[in-house]
Amino acid sequence: METIEFIIGKYNYWVYIILMMIGFYAMIGKRNLVKKLMGMNIFQWAIILYYVSIASKKGGATIPIIQNGHGEVTHAIEAAQYLNPLPHVLMLTAIVVGVSTTGVALALIIMIYRRFHTLEEDEIIDMLRATKK
Amino acid sequence: MITPLENIIIKTICRLLIPFIQLFGLYVIAHGHGSPGGGFQGGCILAASFMLVVVAFDLPEAKRRFSEKMNNIFSSLGVFIYAWTGWMCLLLGANFLDYGILSKILPVNPVMARYYGMFSIEVGVGITVMAIMVSLFLDLVTGGKHEEALDE
Amino acid sequence: MKSLAFIVTVITGVLLIYATADFPDWGDPSSPASLHVSPRYIEKTVEETGVPNMVTSVLADYRGYDTLFETTVIFTAGITAVMLIRRPRK
Repeated sequence: METIEFIIGKYNYWVYIILMMIGFYAMIGKRNLVKKLMGMNIFQWAIILYYVSIASKKGGATIPIIQNGHGEVTHAIEAAQYLNPLPHVLMLTAIVVGVSTTGVALALIIMIYRRFHTLEEDEIIDMLRATKK
Repeated sequence: MITPLENIIIKTICRLLIPFIQLFGLYVIAHGHGSPGGGFQGGCILAASFMLVVVAFDLPEAKRRFSEKMNNIFSSLGVFIYAWTGWMCLLLGANFLDYGILSKILPVNPVMARYYGMFSIEVGVGITVMAIMVSLFLDLVTGGKHEEALDE
Repeated sequence: MKSLAFIVTVITGVLLIYATADFPDWGDPSSPASLHVSPRYIEKTVEETGVPNMVTSVLADYRGYDTLFETTVIFTAGITAVMLIRRPRK
């Protein structure tokens, strides 16, 4: 019984770890630069999903917007009623910065392709070694 | 590269839809205080409406409506609005980005001055995100050669 | 080389899964992340800022300095992409 409770309490972390390891393998194992970039994005999204998941609270908590919150609020606001807003804020900025870094990385990949006419990492390294000698 | 698409159905539907998409983007920016939304999301929706112009019409038509010079001006204008709001608070005698002091120049109490200070910086963030998304899209989709995009 | 990458990935994943045993359960209202600063944000946001959406108030007011430089990061990234690949016709 304890094992089942342990699995139910922790399985969402395991899902994000598996997703993150897919991205990590793509970053260190693949040779193509675009595949490496896709791995970086998968890694990033695993971390974003993890952060959003730790914001959740069981027991009837709702989205982090105060209900009937315009003007004077007379009803009591309890912290257990609403989800934790802080991970949402951090990940909102992280998503947009992720889009920007992906754009810069794609621009760099376009520049590399214009110069070397390939995106395979080992071929690029061979060309660089050939030009150095 | 982008190939121009001569299809009257797509063009008409896009011409009808784009104003509503932009209106929705403005709503998401302006109503981000009381509902899900804010500068980042609304800026992305505005940029998506512009990308729809590029996809449905062609690149010169899109650049005639929102030129590259305007794009660069907008992308720095957003950061300027944000930093300027912070500097206004500093000039009025409070800390940087402490919007409560804006009640000295706005006809509201300090709590609502924070509300409008936040609205100001959300507008700045929305403008920057819109312009940067559009410029990233145009540069990546044409490889930086806007003028030669239609040649092939 | 690929098998080495796979072994490294598996070892890292197993270590991370082993570390989750110390984590609070999913959705636990008394987890450390939900107890430190977020109750203050939740309880004071309407009183202090007049904004019902806590995400907006934390993003733009309590952590406005963070968002300022994050907007600057987006601006810098866009300018970098333009400088890298934009080739105007002479």
